[in-house]
Amino acid sequence: MSITADQVKEKLTSALEATSVEVVDTSGGCGSAFEVYVVSPQFEGKTLIARHRLVNDALKAEMAAIHALSIKKAQTPAQAAAAAAAAPASS
Amino acid sequence: MNPELKKSIDELIASNKVVVFMKGNRQFPMCGFSNTVVQILNVMDVPYHTVNILEDDAIRSGMKEYSQWPTFPQVYINGDFFGGCDIMIEAYQSGELKEQLEIALNS
Repeated sequence: MSITADQVKEKLTSALEATSVEVVDTSGGCGSAFEVYVVSPQFEGKTLIARHRLVNDALKAEMAAIHALSIKKAQTPAQAAAAAAAAPASS
Repeated sequence: MNPELKKSIDELIASNKVVVFMKGNRQFPMCGFSNTVVQILNVMDVPYHTVNILEDDAIRSGMKEYSQWPTFPQVYINGDFFGGCDIMIEAYQSGELKEQLEIALNS
């Protein structure tokens, strides 16, 4: 079975109560490699590795079918807001 | 996992502030992700120890279990698992890596 970016997005949104999830399919359409950008209040007070483990755990079922998952950003809402304020030119 | 192997990994990460379990070594990284981590640490100008997991299957499978992390490279700072390539890039960009390395090297 192949995994779609939408499935990954849905899973992360519900599992991590994410306020923002961006999933980029980097597999050239075969649905096995993704880049994810996640903003979640659950990351508050956690180290980067703990945040990435949360993301991996949320996708446990999908990981078997995913060849490569690259977690590009795992931020708290406060960090995301600060980043957005610092770089208003980039969307 | 094998208790002897666990003990040798424990000692290795206790006796080096920064340890990278990677594919290849710092002169000849055998994979883009491992290379990225080496380049970041070179820029940070910190001493670090590398372990080539391609030369040792026991370490390769052992480290996945030890870190509970499925992929390489794996970076340990001050005895704690810090993360892989994605985390190194993110932490480098945010300044968190510099902070952690300073804490580690001054402790």
